[in-house]
Amino acid sequence: MSYSGERILLSSQREGQVSRFRTWVFLAVPLVAILFQVYVPMFFPFLGFLEMPLLVVVYFAIMRRNQISGLTIGALVGLAQDSLSKNPLGMFGIVKTLVGYFAASVGVRLDVEHVLIRLLLGFFFYVFHQFLYWVMARALLGQQMVFDWERTAVLAILNAVVGVALFHVLDKLREPA
Amino acid sequence: MESLLNRYRNITVLLLVIMAQLVLLAVSEKNDQDVRFIRIWTVTAVTPVARIIEGLRGGGTGFLHNYILLHDTHQENLRLRAELDRMKMENVFLKNELNTADRAKALQVFQQHTQSKTVAATIIATGAGSNSKVVFVDRGSTSGVQRGMAVVTPDGIVGKVIAAYPTASQVLLITDPDFAAGVVTEKAQVHGTLKGQGTPQCKVDYIPFEEKVEPGEWVYTSGDDRVFPRGFKVGIVKSVRPGQPFKEILVEPSGLQRGLVEDVLILIEGVHQPIPDAPSGMQPVYMTPPLPGNESQPADAAVPATLGTEADRLRTQYKALGEEQKHTYGDNPPGTKPVDFTKLGSPSGATGQAPAPAPGKGAVSPPGAPSASPSKNVPAGPSPAPNRGAVPPPGTPKVTPSTEPSTSPSKSLPAGPQTTPNRGAVPPPATPKVTPPSTPPASSPKTVPVPLPATPKNSPSPSGAPAKNPSDATRRSNQSAGGPPGGQPR
Repeated sequence: MSYSGERILLSSQREGQVSRFRTWVFLAVPLVAILFQVYVPMFFPFLGFLEMPLLVVVYFAIMRRNQISGLTIGALVGLAQDSLSKNPLGMFGIVKTLVGYFAASVGVRLDVEHVLIRLLLGFFFYVFHQFLYWVMARALLGQQMVFDWERTAVLAILNAVVGVALFHVLDKLREPA
Repeated sequence: MESLLNRYRNITVLLLVIMAQLVLLAVSEKNDQDVRFIRIWTVTAVTPVARIIEGLRGGGTGFLHNYILLHDTHQENLRLRAELDRMKMENVFLKNELNTADRAKALQVFQQHTQSKTVAATIIATGAGSNSKVVFVDRGSTSGVQRGMAVVTPDGIVGKVIAAYPTASQVLLITDPDFAAGVVTEKAQVHGTLKGQGTPQCKVDYIPFEEKVEPGEWVYTSGDDRVFPRGFKVGIVKSVRPGQPFKEILVEPSGLQRGLVEDVLILIEGVHQPIPDAPSGMQPVYMTPPLPGNESQPADAAVPATLGTEADRLRTQYKALGEEQKHTYGDNPPGTKPVDFTKLGSPSGATGQAPAPAPGKGAVSPPGAPSASPSKNVPAGPSPAPNRGAVPPPGTPKVTPSTEPSTSPSKSLPAGPQTTPNRGAVPPPATPKVTPPSTPPASSPKTVPVPLPATPKNSPSPSGAPAKNPSDATRRSNQSAGGPPGGQPR
């Protein structure tokens, strides 16, 4: 992994390097993330705060630097997550579609291999994901949910930290340039 | 147009995807039905992997616990063994405590119910020497213990004090070869001397071969030795072998049948007790009433209804015959007309034969017999037992019909004045085991219970002391038992 010096903003898209992954990585990593989401908290409840599918969507979106790829991954992972939850289909799908799209859009402008950028992106998109889900639940489903900013912020920090480590692991799966 | 689509392609795709999902969401929410195939695809894709992961996790966990983590098994096994040993020791300790409490309670109950004055003591040590059966108890002369006192438990006698020190006493156990005590059997009341052998069993000596002693019979102290009061349990007869001139009888001491006890009682003042009755196999016997007008029993008119035995009937017949001829038995000076026993064969007689003459006071002497003076036959001292055929005085209770009259002749009707050494050790009272016979009404069918004696078979003398002139056997018994020779009081 190479860092682009102290610059975190790219002057143009050409400076950014598009990461490529094998096909099985696009299938296996989201699947593992979903399995982690539904399986690990059964034995380790304290790990329930981790939003692994979200982190995976953010990673692939920012690393692919392609908005269509990002929203597609987000839509598929979100629908899969909806399928394994009690929510109606589309809630996580719409949210993660938007997350994937915006993550890919941000990734075009930022040096996404910088640790701080990854940490900030992880924090931001977690809050964005939770807030957007809350808005949709209230607007579309009419659920009277309470948005806890403090708790969301703390969990966002934790997910961002875990996301940095996860992104570092997923970088090993990239095809060499 | 084409350039416009290319320019806004990303946002267009985003909007399309969002719109599609919104429609999906709206449809499913409106119809309350999901697009089921999406969930099926997802679950089908996820659950096999989850099953594999769960299998790997379970197998890995099991392998980890059953094989990898077994290095603690040895230590845990040692720890559990140590804990088991500790629990066993604690269990034994608690059982001992419980047994001690039970023994103490039994001792207390026995102490409350016995008439003798006792003092409880605990065995604190055993004597030196492999063959000596001697123990030390924690009560000495300061507690009133003296040499020669008996040591008992509720189960039986244990030994006797052979040395009393201020704070402790030395007790000779019943199994010591130097131990001896006067005993009496339960059924036949045969006296003997118990001797220790150094083994768990003791022997009873000086019981003639003709006496009847059965295995399983209880043996009690006889009080002859002046150490043990009469009536304390000694043990159970285990074996009886014939011998000359005495039987070889082995007794298992009941006081030591559970090993050497811890708590004992020392008899400070012993009181003689009656010997419990032996369990009798006698059962009530149903007797039909006599036939009305039965002429085959002419003696019934002369025989009072209270008579129950042949001897009673004969005695009544002789008495009636003597009164009829104005003859007083036992008072027939020279020249007195003897009783005409030929009239005994009259219809009022029962047998028609004169009874065999027998010596002794009150014996019916045939007319013209050389020993016409019965008073000369009266022994100087009290007769130890009535002789066979003797007519008891009128006031004497009648002899109970015994279920074993022929097997124990020495019990009720000895053959003659000869007495065995042990029999002479404790003179039986002048009135042996007697019981007034029951007199059920003869008019109705009745069940005649054979009554058990209400009084002890051999009541002890009121003073608890043997006869003034004890026999040689008594002296021998007392000497062997540690008592004063000659039966003199201590």
